[in-house]
Amino acid sequence: MSNTQTLIVIGNGMVGQNFLVSLTASDIKDNFNIITFCEEAIPAYDRVHLSEYFAGKSADELSLVEEGFFDNNNITIHMGDKAVSINRDNKTVTSDKGLVIAYDKLVLATGSSAFVPPIPGHDRDGCIPYRTIEDLDQMMTAAKDSKVGAVFGGGLLGLEAAKALQDLNLETHVVQFAPRLMAAQLDDGGALLLKQKIEDLGVSVLTSKNTTQIVDGETCKHKMIFADGGELETDMILYSAGIRPRDEIASACGLKIADRGGVVIDNQCLTSDDDIYAIGECASWNDQIFGLVAPGYAMARTVVDQLAGGDEKFTGADMSTKLKLNGVDVASIGDPHATAPGSLVYTYQNGVDGVYKRIVVSQDNKHLLGAVLVGDASGYPTLLQYYLNGIDLPEHPDSLILPSRSDESVGLGPDALPSGAQICSCYDVSKGDICTSIENGCTTLGALKDETKAATGCGGCAALLKSVLDCELEKAGMEVNTDICEHFPYTRQDLYNLIMVEEIKSFSELLDKHGSGKGCEICKQAVGSILASYWNEYVLKNEHIGLQDTNDTFLANVQKDGTYSVVPRMTGGEVSPEGLIAIGQIAKKYGLYTKVTGGQRVDMFGARVDQLPLIWQELIDAGFESGHAYGKSLRTVKSCVGSTWCRFGVDDSVGLAVELENRYKGLRAPHKIKFAVSGCTRECAEAQSKDIGVIAVEGGWNLYVCGNGGMKPRHGDLFATNLDKETLIKYIDRVLTFYVRTADRLQRTSVWMENMEGGLDYLKSVVIDDKLAICDQLETQMEHVVKTYQCEWKTTIEDENKLKRFRHFVNSDSKDENIVFVEERGQIRPANIEERELAQAENA
Amino acid sequence: MSDKNNSVRPELVEGWIDVCSINDLIPNSGICALVEQQQVAIFYMPEDNAIYAINNYDPFSNINVLSRGLIGDIKGEPMVSSPIYKQHFSLKTGVCLDDESVKVNAYAIRIEGDRVEVNLEEAA
Ligand code: SRM
Ligand SMILES: Cc1cc2nc3c(=O)[nH]c(=O)nc-3n(C[C@H](O)[C@H](O)[C@H](O)COP(=O)(O)OP(=O)(O)OC[C@H]3O[C@@H](n4cnc5c(N)ncnc54)[C@H](O)[C@@H]3O)c2cc1C
Ligand code: SF4
Ligand code: FES
Repeated sequence: MSNTQTLIVIGNGMVGQNFLVSLTASDIKDNFNIITFCEEAIPAYDRVHLSEYFAGKSADELSLVEEGFFDNNNITIHMGDKAVSINRDNKTVTSDKGLVIAYDKLVLATGSSAFVPPIPGHDRDGCIPYRTIEDLDQMMTAAKDSKVGAVFGGGLLGLEAAKALQDLNLETHVVQFAPRLMAAQLDDGGALLLKQKIEDLGVSVLTSKNTTQIVDGETCKHKMIFADGGELETDMILYSAGIRPRDEIASACGLKIADRGGVVIDNQCLTSDDDIYAIGECASWNDQIFGLVAPGYAMARTVVDQLAGGDEKFTGADMSTKLKLNGVDVASIGDPHATAPGSLVYTYQNGVDGVYKRIVVSQDNKHLLGAVLVGDASGYPTLLQYYLNGIDLPEHPDSLILPSRSDESVGLGPDALPSGAQICSCYDVSKGDICTSIENGCTTLGALKDETKAATGCGGCAALLKSVLDCELEKAGMEVNTDICEHFPYTRQDLYNLIMVEEIKSFSELLDKHGSGKGCEICKQAVGSILASYWNEYVLKNEHIGLQDTNDTFLANVQKDGTYSVVPRMTGGEVSPEGLIAIGQIAKKYGLYTKVTGGQRVDMFGARVDQLPLIWQELIDAGFESGHAYGKSLRTVKSCVGSTWCRFGVDDSVGLAVELENRYKGLRAPHKIKFAVSGCTRECAEAQSKDIGVIAVEGGWNLYVCGNGGMKPRHGDLFATNLDKETLIKYIDRVLTFYVRTADRLQRTSVWMENMEGGLDYLKSVVIDDKLAICDQLETQMEHVVKTYQCEWKTTIEDENKLKRFRHFVNSDSKDENIVFVEERGQIRPANIEERELAQAENA
Repeated sequence: MSDKNNSVRPELVEGWIDVCSINDLIPNSGICALVEQQQVAIFYMPEDNAIYAINNYDPFSNINVLSRGLIGDIKGEPMVSSPIYKQHFSLKTGVCLDDESVKVNAYAIRIEGDRVEVNLEEAA
């Protein structure tokens, strides 16, 4: 087009970049010749997750700019060059490096800077604002010779900065001007509890402190002096007490500036000049500056729409927030201070668990106006939806904050949300948008994210997005593709039933009858596991060997360097001195690294494939068996020392653990299974975090099921109490077989339970009341597994043919030269790539 | 090109190296051979009467393990899935099916009598 206009964007921060992305994705992108000025040394990055820079995220990982973005879209970016003035009469922008460029349209996206108090000494060395990657680099340098750090400001960002100081191992203080933390968002009660929790994390909190000057310290580099006469010695200071919009070039060229700072914009995001827009934190709308990224993105969308001749308006934004600091949950919604006339307040305070919740509702008890949650913010998404969408509250609004003591949940199902409800605030995606995309074929979370961008910003809405998806799919009766993979149009459960009903004994038979193609790693492993659970044949039998991934093929766990680890079984964590000595001698002989695992046994690392049979021969001679650490099968039954030795022990937890481990060892399942047995309710074996947990009580054994300690910890559910051993074992047999039959592939018992319709009550009705009349079958199947147990290592060692596989090269006794160890703390560890190359060069 | 038995290859080509006996092959699984200092992963699919050879080095984990991966097909293309991070490699071309910018070498392989032979010069 000949009438291309020049569009200049000043500032390539989060909002400036978001604007460029929206513009280049729109129909009008070719109408503009786009130029942007970027003052910082790197283009836009994710400031929201800036603190993760301390946790090792690199500048690259934080980048918001896709590779080739500027080139591919013909955008000229002036890196490290700052716009210094605007001439509105000539319509030009002048830069620090001396460029003068004419514009037709101008967008200000200059953001804001951290507020630095104008007090004497504010600019001493080591007194740093908390805003940019450069600031963080400075902080890390300053931290190197610091012991104490102070954060100036006790708001959202200040607390985040305090965590950063703690991560740098500094004694940390938060200095707050206001009488409470997060003054804007919290009420007194919530703030008090938050203060306690922050202090419990080892951070000292000083409130009502008006800093008057910063001077030389005596024990530290600086001393902050307060109006009340107090003082604080510190080696560095981080400023994080609010933001100041960067309106300097706007004000210099005569654009209207708000009283409290910020370039004044209207609903179209236009400044007082019709060709100049302002978006993000530099803009003031209705006398408000929005210190969050979502409103900035909404402004960016508005401007793109305006440029395209549309009539989208920016009409303010919600400032509700949720924060997670070292596990302290805090959330605030709407107006928590109950400023609306006649508003009513409900408060729930639980001093024991450290939970504080407050909701503010309208005079007629119908609508939510605000909320504060401290210590447990799980109710945030539900409350936020009530607030944003003006949904009618339940008859007793306090049910929303009272702990639910029964099983019924007071959560707001996604079905109750109106279609205009905003699900993702980062990208302004409504429930309606999501439903449309689902109808258009986005039936997986990944596809929905790609299509709508929902949940790709802060990620806070991911859970809600998923529940909307699930609910819509279910409602539409839409076919959710549950096929295990392209080779079988069945779920794992279907395959299990086919194998059981048709008595199928091999993968090739199943593939012939019910599948297509050659199979893949997904169906092969799943079917391998089902065949092993059901028939319990030797997993390295010729017809099964191709179904095993490397761990099961070599009966050992592969490590990052291609060597393997060896874990002999130690039932219940019990091991004799002779056993320990044998393990020590074997590890020494083969030069293995040894470590006590989290599962109460000893792991030996660094064995080459060809060493595995030799090592196992010696272990078996010393009386050990395979520990199945490599299989999706029973791992360990942890125990505490129990009544045999412990002065509190109620029953023999070790004895029971050994018996249970011996019973279920070798049982293959959809995923690994872990047990624990504790001798009394002090629970030293952590049984409630296991798939199967048993605790001794005066009346017998209490059984817990479906706990998990891994990625998403879950406490086990109390399944039955005061059991005698026989009943206990019967119940465990049934629960486990039912799990093996009905779970999805790679589904632990915890997730299986969470997905089970009817939940715990249903499982009880199947296992205890025998509602499906299958308990006999379940027990018989388990009995079969127990009777056909074999130590896979023993079988393997006795078979010449199988041993042939344990060579790195089929045609040579050479070793894999890539396996190189170095020493650390007196033992071996795999060399990293540089060390490996060095060693190989030396050998060559 | 036929992806069936490679033993139909003309005898004329130079550079075939004897590697092992057909009895060393493991049906529906892999083994590794040392061929002129190269680690070659060899896979055998008896139902298709097919045998494949690619380099044993997994470019994603930087270790020599591809021979220990599970094999099968993705949309008809025979493949091995790395035992470490599960990327799929075509057994015919060595191209990574999840990221086509990554490739491992694929080699010609054939069965002569009861012997397995590899040709490093000629790409499969
Ligand atoms: C060796 C060990 C760490 C240690 O040095 O202590 C370990 C090592 C591995 N764990 Fe673990 N886990 C070990 C105890 C645990 C525990 C603690 C326990 O068992 O009490 C847990 C949490 C408890 C639980 O599972 O609920 C644990 C939760 C996981 C998870 C998360 C499972 C989940 O459902 O969320 C994985 C990933 C997975 O399985 O998908 C995992 C996966 C792994 C793998 C297999 C990862 C891998 O594929 O390489 C590691 C290799 C094992 C090996 O021998 O090379 N490991 N792992 C521990 C072996 C215990 C044993 O004697 O068998
Ligand atoms: C540590 C931290 C944590 C945060 N956490 C959250 C959070 O959890 N949730 C949330 O919503 N928000 C959070 N924020 C706020 C969020 O980062 C901002 O709202 C967002 O970055 C605003 O985007 P912006 O583009 O307006 O400003 P910025 O991202 O600051 O970008 C402005 C850019 O313009 C450049 N610039 C300024 N003047 C000129 C000029 N004259 N010429 C050229 N370039 C110029 C600046 O150098 C800067 O790069 C956090 C901020 C920080 C610092
Ligand atoms: S759980 Fe009870 S019996 Fe077991 S060691 Fe702890 S205190 Fe002792
Ligand atoms: S709300 Fe932040 S990603 Fe959706």
